[in-house]
Amino acid sequence: MKPAFELLPRNASDPEVTVTVDGTGYDMREGENLAAELLRLGMSVTRRTPVSGAPRGPFCMMGACYDCLVEIEGARLQACRIKVTADLRISSIGGETEGALP
Amino acid sequence: MSEDVDLAIIGAGPAGLAAAATAARAGLNVALLDEQSSAGGQIYRDIERAAAARGDILGKDYLGGLSLVADLDSPRIRHIRNATVWQIDRDGSLTYSVHGEARVLMAKRLLIASGALERPMPVVGWTLPGVMTAGAAQILLKQSGIVARDAVLIGSGPLLYLVAAQLCRVGKPPMAIVETQTFSDLLSAGRHLPGALVGWRYMVKGLGLLHEIRKAGVTRFRGASEIEIAGTQMVSGVRFRHGKRSHELACATVLLHHGVIPNTQIARSLDIEHAWDESQKCFVPKIDQWGRSDREDVFIAGDGAGIGGAVVAALRGRLAALEIGRDLTAMTEAERDEIASRLRAQLRREMAARPFIDTAYPPFDEAMSPKDPVIVCRCEEVTAGDIRGYSRLGCLGPNQAKAFGRSGMGPCQGRYCGTTVTQLLAEANGATPDETGYYKIRAPLKPVSLGEVAALHDPNSEDERNDRAH
Ligand SMILES: Cc1cc2nc3c(=O)[nH]c(=O)nc-3n(C[C@H](O)[C@H](O)[C@H](O)COP(=O)(O)OP(=O)(O)OC[C@H]3O[C@@H](n4cnc5c(N)ncnc54)[C@H](O)[C@@H]3O)c2cc1C
Ligand code: FES
Repeated sequence: MKPAFELLPRNASDPEVTVTVDGTGYDMREGENLAAELLRLGMSVTRRTPVSGAPRGPFCMMGACYDCLVEIEGARLQACRIKVTADLRISSIGGETEGALP
Repeated sequence: MSEDVDLAIIGAGPAGLAAAATAARAGLNVALLDEQSSAGGQIYRDIERAAAARGDILGKDYLGGLSLVADLDSPRIRHIRNATVWQIDRDGSLTYSVHGEARVLMAKRLLIASGALERPMPVVGWTLPGVMTAGAAQILLKQSGIVARDAVLIGSGPLLYLVAAQLCRVGKPPMAIVETQTFSDLLSAGRHLPGALVGWRYMVKGLGLLHEIRKAGVTRFRGASEIEIAGTQMVSGVRFRHGKRSHELACATVLLHHGVIPNTQIARSLDIEHAWDESQKCFVPKIDQWGRSDREDVFIAGDGAGIGGAVVAALRGRLAALEIGRDLTAMTEAERDEIASRLRAQLRREMAARPFIDTAYPPFDEAMSPKDPVIVCRCEEVTAGDIRGYSRLGCLGPNQAKAFGRSGMGPCQGRYCGTTVTQLLAEANGATPDETGYYKIRAPLKPVSLGEVAALHDPNSEDERNDRAH
């Protein structure tokens, strides 16, 4: 299936770097918003909830909902608040119980 | 470690930008903090970068933000980017993190200009991947040049049409707009028409957007009800009733929007008093005509003080900055009033269309009182039925509801369920929203790591923080 999101043609030539998501490498635009790049590449599920294991993806894109949490170097961070850099390695968050956040 | 300024402003949207410029002109030293990497707030998001790349798509209003951002160029203003403010103390110290490093700043006065959030729109399936807010789709377009293809927009209000029109402009018109406002809403808005004509520019703009949407051939379903989003792992479609018929549209992206509400997290964390605004169906902080809250040294401006839109936000930001300038003796009362009277006249004109818009595009009833199975707290997956159940067990307010079932205790700290939980409990208990109250918000306002807290040098403030964490 085609991804639900696409890049405007005039933005297509930005420089790309490789980002590893759950072990697979993807070309992403450097400096671009990580959640946006995940969506563009068709990865609309970023995590599963701790309560029921239900899938979730970016919802608000403004840092308020926390549905875009991903794991980067052991920390849980909001993909919509992260810029793509070379050699970024991220994993999606599974259904295990998450550490209690304040 | 800490540094002193006259005024700290949280939020570099139109309200914060205008306030910073006005305060700097009056001679105050200003720190302007925003968690975004670029100034502009929601409406002018990423404008420094995006204006060149996609200004034409985003429209004339968007480019209007350029002059506000240009005003930041003053030696008296320090714009601190990527700065998430997560704690404010009574002594005027403000703690924020930049890329995981915590810092403290001392300010004589504080202006909260943290803007709005889209009103939560709990309907069946709204937690599925592929469902976003309309504002989120706009952010993807503004800052990343990414568009949803064949999206279905659901809800009501000017921003819904704006996003639809922007999608049309890039050649990716939405598949349909499922609109929740009804013909009778429009009729009752009619009595606000005289006011709306004073604010005619907004009406012309709205008609222009509708024209763009029509030209692109987008189907509009007005007065839709019984809305459900279908899917198991992802969105697969939308079901709704329109007139006498049931409809089902297959789609991979659903964009929800039925208005914006003040983001009151920071003010709440300071125990500033709020009151329910029945016409806008949300809590607003109690402030005077300058934006001063019941805490003398704390001001609030922009959509965070009550929804008025970008121009109103900037005007209110300026008014607050003038009074802060007078308060800190950077200007006299007469100087303040001379500028303020002009701003107030403009404010009245800008607010004139508001009652019409609020009445013609009310929030969606079904999402204000969702059916039992609908999840209201996205983080902890608490349903509307759960909340009603707590009420039957004697739960009177949102803070008690936390103890019953953890609603509002996830990482979003109630941003996307607080208003709904208040409304559900008020309805179930036959009480008003004011009687029902809202979640008590405590610092940290955003989850911070222990490392961030530990990195703060000031030993006194650290002890205090630990105490509060227990
Ligand atoms: C997603 C979204 C999109 C919108 N798009 C439009 C539009 O296209 N056109 C339009 O007319 N209106 C739009 N609006 C309405 C908008 O609220 C106002 O028009 C206008 O942006 C309000 O200005 P403001 O200065 O009050 O707040 P905002 O512009 O919202 O600015 C608030 C700023 O505060 C920052 N902030 C909040 N909390 C913190 C914190 N704890 N630490 C640090 N910084 C913080 C935010 O990052 C943000 O930049 C939108 C609203 C939303 C929610
Ligand atoms: S998408 Fe909501 S916090 Fe990132």
